[in-house]
Amino acid sequence: MARIKENMIHGLFFLNGLVVVGVLCGIFAILVFTAAPAFKEISIVEFLATVRWNPTSYYKPSYGILSMIVSSLMVTIGALTIAVPLGIGTAAYLTDVASPRVREVAKPVIEILAGIPSVVLGFLGIVLVGPIIARVFGLPNGLNAINGSVLLAVMALPTIISLSEDALNSVPRSFTEASYAVGATKWQTVVRVKIPAAISGIFASCMLGMGRAVGETMTVLMATGCAPAMPRNFLDPVRTMTASIAIELGEVPYYTTHYYALFGIGLVLFVITFLINMAADAVLNKYQVKVR
Amino acid sequence: MNREHIKIKVKDFNFFYGEEQALKNVAMDIYKNEVIGIIGPSGCGKSTFLRSLNRMNDVIPGVKYEGTVTLDGKNIFAHGIDVVDIRRKVGMVFQKSNPFPKSVFDNVAYGLRINGEKNKDVIAEKVEKSLMGAALWGEVKDRLSASAFDLSGGQQQRLCIARALAVEPEVLLMDEPASALDPTATSKIEELIQELKKNYTIVIVTHNMQQAARISDYTAFFMMGELIEYDVAGKVFTNPSKKITEEYITGRFG
Ligand SMILES: Nc1ncnc2c1ncn2[C@@H]1O[C@H](COP(=O)(O)OP(=O)(O)OP(=O)(O)O)[C@@H](O)[C@H]1O
Ligand SMILES: [Mg+2]
Repeated sequence: MARIKENMIHGLFFLNGLVVVGVLCGIFAILVFTAAPAFKEISIVEFLATVRWNPTSYYKPSYGILSMIVSSLMVTIGALTIAVPLGIGTAAYLTDVASPRVREVAKPVIEILAGIPSVVLGFLGIVLVGPIIARVFGLPNGLNAINGSVLLAVMALPTIISLSEDALNSVPRSFTEASYAVGATKWQTVVRVKIPAAISGIFASCMLGMGRAVGETMTVLMATGCAPAMPRNFLDPVRTMTASIAIELGEVPYYTTHYYALFGIGLVLFVITFLINMAADAVLNKYQVKVR
Repeated sequence: MNREHIKIKVKDFNFFYGEEQALKNVAMDIYKNEVIGIIGPSGCGKSTFLRSLNRMNDVIPGVKYEGTVTLDGKNIFAHGIDVVDIRRKVGMVFQKSNPFPKSVFDNVAYGLRINGEKNKDVIAEKVEKSLMGAALWGEVKDRLSASAFDLSGGQQQRLCIARALAVEPEVLLMDEPASALDPTATSKIEELIQELKKNYTIVIVTHNMQQAARISDYTAFFMMGELIEYDVAGKVFTNPSKKITEEYITGRFG
């Protein structure tokens, strides 16, 4: 009897796993099949390696998405540059240094931050972050890559903070005590013992934060200026892959090369996210700290 | 023996985990360069007492204490005292060995580095000296960069001792350092303690009566949070003043 129950539970979870994998493969298949017709007319090299994106040109439509790829990566890297140190630092502070009172206040604040709709953040990007950036850098307006990076950092922060906090909290207390016992301060302990011991969890939190940033659409659409050109630096307006899809998919005539090409962008996005995750996994396996 | 200098003086000391009182009115004078053996049945508060001497109990939420513990005449619980400084002077080896997930070398070097030592040669030299002090050097000198977790249980415990020695504390607290070790490793640690006594004041918890009798100069017997008897080891083990002490050391309970 117990055996049968055991087997049923096992089967159920196996089925669950199968469904997840199935959904993932399904999404991939749909993207591939819908994007494929685009490549009857566009060469993959043109698609991935040229900069001009002008699918509605009457004479010679062009379908280069390199500037979008670069824009997406730029905004993401910018966001991580801000969010990773800030997020890990905040997590370290909250787990090991802050008083319980501070912790009690900070927890709900971070949760609220996670719940802000992206359109609201985009709005803040236009009316708050933009003007500040324009002021600081002396620009006509502040809708550019750095604006997007700041907003995406804000979006990624709650994920990074709370998951890093979990990782830090699961470091055995015996490590902390061993560190204190030789006269380490709280900061030294968290930086030199706890963070290294929790590095795989912290790394995973950053990857999840990055996942949010790469895929985020509305905020970057609103706050980055949306110019489909190759950005030269962080003060240039950019248009990410996600923003392009969101802007154009609503208006494109169905079953045209343009329509298929937008799915091609989606496919590229999917592959990039997939690769990032694979790379993260590989790094994790390599640097996994051996813990008993 | 130098009985002049009281290194640590515990007075009217009470300790609580939340509402539960774990130590009751403990008073004890610990002399410099002596080995104090602490014995008593499981759960009587030995670890709690030991961890009070370097304020390691501070890391547990909801604890309270009353009374004083002075180190060289200064109350370690006084307002404005630097806990980090106390812990540097009062080193600790824990009941369960707890090396860091780092290399053998980095485990020992850790205390030096966080205390600001930057000179690589000095660090290497002190790491070697500490590992020798912990009777581990011979076994690990060829694999200093191996993970500490690759060492055997007994080696890990001696590594923890080396880590504690590296920062050259004045007092060494040891919580059953030999509880998970085989007889050979245990006798190594006992020899080590005799050796360390020259430079350190040592407070050691042990469950093993013979061990306590062998290594300690003074012996303290705890029961249910109270210090029942505290005297020269020879006296406690041959002619204890309390009946209950005698019952415990002759193995009639506990
Ligand atoms: N973190 C804690 N929270 C609450 N109670 C605790 C905690 N640690 C110990 N105690 C309690 O305090 C009392 C003394 O514990 P302590 O660990 O000091 O005993 P011990 O003499 O070291 O025992 P053992 O020989 O088994 O190590 C016990 O009743 C124990 O349950
Ligand atoms: Mg104990």
